[in-house]
Amino acid sequence: MPEFSTQEIAGWGRWPRMKCAVFRPEKRRGIAEILEHGEQPTYIARGLGRSYGDVAVNPGGGVITTTRLNRMLTFDEMAGVLECEAGVSLAEILEVFVPRGWFLPVTPGTKFVTIGGAIAHDVHGKNHHVDGSFGQHVDQFTLLTPTGSVLVCSPSENAHVFWATIGGAGLTGFILTARIRLLRISSAYIRVDYRQCPNFDAVLSSIRETDNRYKYSVAWVDCIAKGKSLGRSVLMSGDHVDAESLPASHGDALSVPSRLQPGVPFDFPGFALNPLSIGLFNKLFYARHRTREGQIIDYNTYFYPLDAIHHWNRIYGKKGFTQYQATFPLSGVEGMRALLEKVSASGRASFLAVLKRMGPSSPGMLSHPIDGWTLTLDIPISRDLEPFLNDCDEIVVRHGGRLYMAKDAFTRAEVFAAMYPRLKEFQAVKQQLDPNQKLSSRLARRCGIVDGAIEP
Amino acid sequence: MSAANSVALTTAATIAVGPGTVVVLGVTSAIARALAGEFARRGHDLIVCARDSEETNAIACDLELRHGVRVVAKTFDAEAFETHAAFVDECVRDGNSSLEGVVLGFGFMEEQPVMQKDFAIARRTIDVNVNATISLCELFAAHLEPMRRGFIAGISSVAGDRGRQSNYIYGASKAAMTTYLQGLRNRLHPHGVHVITLKPGFVDTKMTWGLPLPGPLVASPERAARDMHDAIMRGKNVAYIPWFWRYIMLIIRAIPEWQFKKMKM
Repeated sequence: MPEFSTQEIAGWGRWPRMKCAVFRPEKRRGIAEILEHGEQPTYIARGLGRSYGDVAVNPGGGVITTTRLNRMLTFDEMAGVLECEAGVSLAEILEVFVPRGWFLPVTPGTKFVTIGGAIAHDVHGKNHHVDGSFGQHVDQFTLLTPTGSVLVCSPSENAHVFWATIGGAGLTGFILTARIRLLRISSAYIRVDYRQCPNFDAVLSSIRETDNRYKYSVAWVDCIAKGKSLGRSVLMSGDHVDAESLPASHGDALSVPSRLQPGVPFDFPGFALNPLSIGLFNKLFYARHRTREGQIIDYNTYFYPLDAIHHWNRIYGKKGFTQYQATFPLSGVEGMRALLEKVSASGRASFLAVLKRMGPSSPGMLSHPIDGWTLTLDIPISRDLEPFLNDCDEIVVRHGGRLYMAKDAFTRAEVFAAMYPRLKEFQAVKQQLDPNQKLSSRLARRCGIVDGAIEP
Repeated sequence: MSAANSVALTTAATIAVGPGTVVVLGVTSAIARALAGEFARRGHDLIVCARDSEETNAIACDLELRHGVRVVAKTFDAEAFETHAAFVDECVRDGNSSLEGVVLGFGFMEEQPVMQKDFAIARRTIDVNVNATISLCELFAAHLEPMRRGFIAGISSVAGDRGRQSNYIYGASKAAMTTYLQGLRNRLHPHGVHVITLKPGFVDTKMTWGLPLPGPLVASPERAARDMHDAIMRGKNVAYIPWFWRYIMLIIRAIPEWQFKKMKM
């Protein structure tokens, strides 16, 4: 019988933390063996555990960690297509391919995610308004279905399975290998223009005016600022720098300085984060990022500022936090303002929020990006948080918005169904692939994607 | 670390590990795969071998792609003794007579209670960890000896340092391996071939997955491999992996037998 380790596991937000039977196969065949002989009622795949909530948590069932299935298999130098196993991390791809002049087509705010996770969440990055989400850069993948067959899926082969799996939160099967189209670069540096925006209207219009000139764009919002300063932000827009226009002082254009890796060695006590300390931090952050153009920084500093601090989630203390990411259609911009007002007024101090203009929707059935705006807030867990978030959900739904499964830990089934109009279509594909509902997670049960009792 | 390092610097002469091909046996084990990566990163071509051809091929592709070296994948079965001579000949041929060294990364472990009840499993432990080691090492040694260079790195275990009720059959196999490597080192030393015994403690692999072990004592396979590579380059004879296991085992070996037999370990 395949060996498992009984562990209390959680997402990056460290809530909820639940006991699961954790498997970690070291052979590709191992997943099929676990499904066949593992004796757990349900299973879910898990990569590096960087989703925030309970999407890769499965109390009372099995969790199959894919981090040891991380072999890179082929690279087509002409087309820039990498074929690798699902457990390969974005960090590994960057380490190997940036020096050879290739970059990720899409990257979220951490490089410590696996290819499997990037596909299962159809992750997006600062270039969503130009390039769409991760799934749109996947040529093909092989999927081990819960009944034990292996399907080759692409936009032209088993297309319905392909678009159910992209953004499908691991509920259609296990991605074994995938082919990803990488992006040609000539330097590892990004030229960034910073713009201070004194309030919400200012940042919205600044994004509207400038986004079409940049490949990358994101705004960090001070969500402590209230009243006239509500939505005070720093907009950071960037592009890859050509090697020829890189100042000679940078040396080899494709290598970047290795960074010190400070860490957060222990859980911060609950009182460390309060409106005063966070307000101060945010003021400093705003003041440090004066409007200036043409700053050249390496890709790690631009894309992964928090990766530089190991275990940064510990600053929220033992109780953990939730990341609330709501995406609104263009017409829902007032909903986004209402959400920001509500969080700002509540004093549930979140450090910085992230605001971004999103491009056209992904064809993924449960993919979260839609043409519009996305706002991301960190909120520490507290006893009375759930009713507050229910109110937030109500604002999101009323304005045609939706939450992102990679972050969510609270939303209820009826709200989820209202947010994802293609849920029934997804469930039909799932029923076909997984008639015995062998793949499940706490999130899947909580959001009503699959049947089953929700653990407290 | 500093104490262990300074000892190493004063007692071990750094051996010359040339740029040649390194053979890694049992490469599907997490430690052996990571150690193969350490050699590949430094530009060594590799011959990687294990029983499972699909997995061995995947690992070979991965090493080749990540490090830009030439990696040949070969299927080999430690228990098929009669095939060893032809297999080693093939490795030497594929290494284009630039064979630099051999890593013995294969091994077998089953839970102690299972081995107590099932002699076939106990015998298999000895076959893989001892008999295959002897069979393969003698064949490789015969090729390396006239070349007057190269290394043989055997991955033994701290479990061989003292027999404990919780895994004494596995421990006995590793003690035999350690003693065998000791003698081989003695024999090959005048011929310029270096034999190193690597003794890992707890490493986060499928052997230890699910065991209730104290987290800080468990090394990642990558950390273990870095330390192993370092020990090989320094020309150490015996290396505990990581270094602090030398002191843990020193204490465990120092406990008198009349006391030790009463302990639960």
